[in-house]
Amino acid sequence: MSKELEFLSRRVALGKMNRRDFLGRAAALGVTSTFASTLLGSAARAAGPQKGGFLKAGMQGGEATNSLDPASFLSQVSFSFGKCWGETLVELTPDGGYENRIAEEIGASDDAKTWTFKIRKDVEFHNGKTVTPEDVLATLERHSDEASKSGALGVMQGIDTMKASGDEVIVELKEPNADLPYLMADYHLIIQPNGGKDDPTAGISAGPYKVSVNEPGVRQGGERFANYWQGDKMGHADQIEIIVINDATARTSALQGGQVHMINRVEPKIVDLVKRVPGVTIRNVSGRGHYVFIMHCNTAPFDNNDLRLALKYAMDREGMVETILRGYGSIGNDFPINAAYPLFSDDIEQRPFDTDKAAFHFKKSGHEGPVLLRTSDVAFPGAVDAAQLYQQSCAKAGITIEVKREPGDGYWSEVWNKQPFSTSYWGGRATQDQMYSTAYLSNADWNDTRFFNEVFDKLILAARGELDEAKRKQMYRDAALMVRDDGGLILPMFNDFIDATGAKVEGWENHPAQEMMNGHALVKCWLTA
Amino acid sequence: MDSPILRLIAQRVALGILLLFAVSVLIFVGTQILPGDVAQSILGNQATPQALANLREELGLNDPAYIRYFKWLGGILTGDLGTALTSGQDIATSLGGRLQNTLFLAFWAAVVSIPLAVSLGLIAVRYRNGPVDKAISGFALASTSLPEFFIGYLLVYFFAVKLQWFPGISTVYDGMPFLDRMKAIALPATALTLVVLAHMMRMTRAAILNVMQSAYIETAELKGLSAFDIIRKHAFPNAIAPIINVVMLNLAFLVVGVVVVEVIFVYPGMGQYLVDHVAKRDVPVVQAVGLIFAAVYISLNIIADIAAIVANPRLRHPK
Repeated sequence: MSKELEFLSRRVALGKMNRRDFLGRAAALGVTSTFASTLLGSAARAAGPQKGGFLKAGMQGGEATNSLDPASFLSQVSFSFGKCWGETLVELTPDGGYENRIAEEIGASDDAKTWTFKIRKDVEFHNGKTVTPEDVLATLERHSDEASKSGALGVMQGIDTMKASGDEVIVELKEPNADLPYLMADYHLIIQPNGGKDDPTAGISAGPYKVSVNEPGVRQGGERFANYWQGDKMGHADQIEIIVINDATARTSALQGGQVHMINRVEPKIVDLVKRVPGVTIRNVSGRGHYVFIMHCNTAPFDNNDLRLALKYAMDREGMVETILRGYGSIGNDFPINAAYPLFSDDIEQRPFDTDKAAFHFKKSGHEGPVLLRTSDVAFPGAVDAAQLYQQSCAKAGITIEVKREPGDGYWSEVWNKQPFSTSYWGGRATQDQMYSTAYLSNADWNDTRFFNEVFDKLILAARGELDEAKRKQMYRDAALMVRDDGGLILPMFNDFIDATGAKVEGWENHPAQEMMNGHALVKCWLTA
Repeated sequence: MDSPILRLIAQRVALGILLLFAVSVLIFVGTQILPGDVAQSILGNQATPQALANLREELGLNDPAYIRYFKWLGGILTGDLGTALTSGQDIATSLGGRLQNTLFLAFWAAVVSIPLAVSLGLIAVRYRNGPVDKAISGFALASTSLPEFFIGYLLVYFFAVKLQWFPGISTVYDGMPFLDRMKAIALPATALTLVVLAHMMRMTRAAILNVMQSAYIETAELKGLSAFDIIRKHAFPNAIAPIINVVMLNLAFLVVGVVVVEVIFVYPGMGQYLVDHVAKRDVPVVQAVGLIFAAVYISLNIIADIAAIVANPRLRHPK
């Protein structure tokens, strides 16, 4: 009997028999439906990915203004869709490392200044051309050019010269950087024919799906690329589509109604409700993204470290995670790194919520009167509530916070990085170096805490070129302490990425780097019959 | 048709065009005083002063405002709406599809709601102050009192999630089969119908009731006509002007005021398109959309005016 059942379950897994017939036959064999379903599930997994079907995602973060030019990618839909049609040199793995994609081998000189990327030979672009080292070089060149306005420009600025020779691309850096392969996994650096110099918005690369539908802000979709170089591992569905659903309720109901198979950004406050929907699975993963309260270290009254410390001690971190994230997150320690990063030191003392210390430092700072905090709903989900919670916890330490609610429209151009005390968020970066270089070095593009510390700058630059991991870890520990104790960053919480999938979706694998399996949900998941 | 009518119509149309020019000035001025520099918002935080200067030159931002206005106006009059700053796409092309979608939804919502509202109004008058009238008014007022997003969510909850009769998201695209398209817009069209129903129905009822006080209605009653005949033949034609007015107002709402419904049902119409571009300070698109909305509004009002004139002998033959 069990042999027959096994045979039948394998037939279902292969799609030769439907689920209902199977359950009927199983019942005829005298098996309870629960057991039969379990059997079916394990057979589906054992059978591996199933090909075919039309996999759809409903996502927040798409606008009518989105373009297919990878240099312009900023929001969530562009990011995920880019992973569907694009291919990069390397890709981050869920365990914090990286794997080679278009790069077949990566070599570094001993001083970590010269890097060699050997380019895979059998990779084909959607337009039939073969990917050459020249295409890779042109791509890197385009993103290094100021005129491209690429989101990866900051990453590329460390490059001195580049050249293609034989089947290799050789990159010379201005300063040693042991993290270069991680940086090449940047989602903007999609390899395009001739680097996209001819037509940046053509949407042609070497990814598992060819762009077939491009209606920005409405839907973007692709058909499986028959000559994808790794077709056995990725690109299981025949067709994929991202439908832009910016409204949270509409997104959830689309998943419930079965119009999409997966959604991003489930709001923490409704997670428990969504969990109860039959067939729906919540996929939450603790990532590197974090919500912050930022003070400008060079602007009065925040140029006084005692005031900054007072405001840090007055933060009730547990309360924030419980109330704002409903437990879907972890507390922060006022530096932008957590255990999701490689080379993280877990022995740094956690800053507690301590009203006595807060009051002590506040008194010592000599500041009088209320402190003005600007916030808006767009800073992060629940930012206004968080500001009010903070106002209350500060009141316990005798500090008066005045919360000013700013309009969401224009918040990022008029308030964030302009006003001395505001709320914001960070999505996290591939490495510690990249996070610190983006926002904490004196000359960083987005030094939104106005943190100017020469010792810190030198330390980060030295760590960047250090190939000895133990030394490097120690250096990052020191850097973290500087930001934590002197910086203008109050980091109450790291938020989880919360996605959800419907009943038929298999193959999900949590990835700490970004939401939706680091954007790979559509290419790595498959639909069961 | 005699010439006074034609003259009246010509007058109205000319007035409308004049108004449209005035609106175009307003839109232009409005978008110029939006906070934030266009070049800055395109290039973002990392812009160098040189790049900013280059872009300002390229966009012609250094010209005086009136020159830019006439350039823009000239472009529009020759059918050139310009290109979107953010995506570099031709505005007329990307806008065309969105406009069609909006009109499609508005059309079907109107096809359902206007006859429904008018006939409900007629029925309400026929049975005025009775239980039927109260029931109709109660239902219409309740549906209008609920905010449109709430109606939207209720429809989604019952018809998309629970019963699964219709999709909860109304994504439509070019080349979609007609029946699929109708199915996709079923819920947003219903929501819009419920939103505009009460206004039109109550106006119909009030306008006809007003006429029903007249002496000639009494005469009609005395000569033995049935209640429905009186309303149909004598009351309704005389009440049509205010009814057309309110119908046109609601039609205009269906075209220009549906942002919330579009967001809830993820419908790719003009509203969402406009909001996306306002957030990015994509001024040419905002101007183009604003102008189209104004044109729709003005022309619907002209139609209402003209229809009211044509329908009313007193206006047709002014003394």
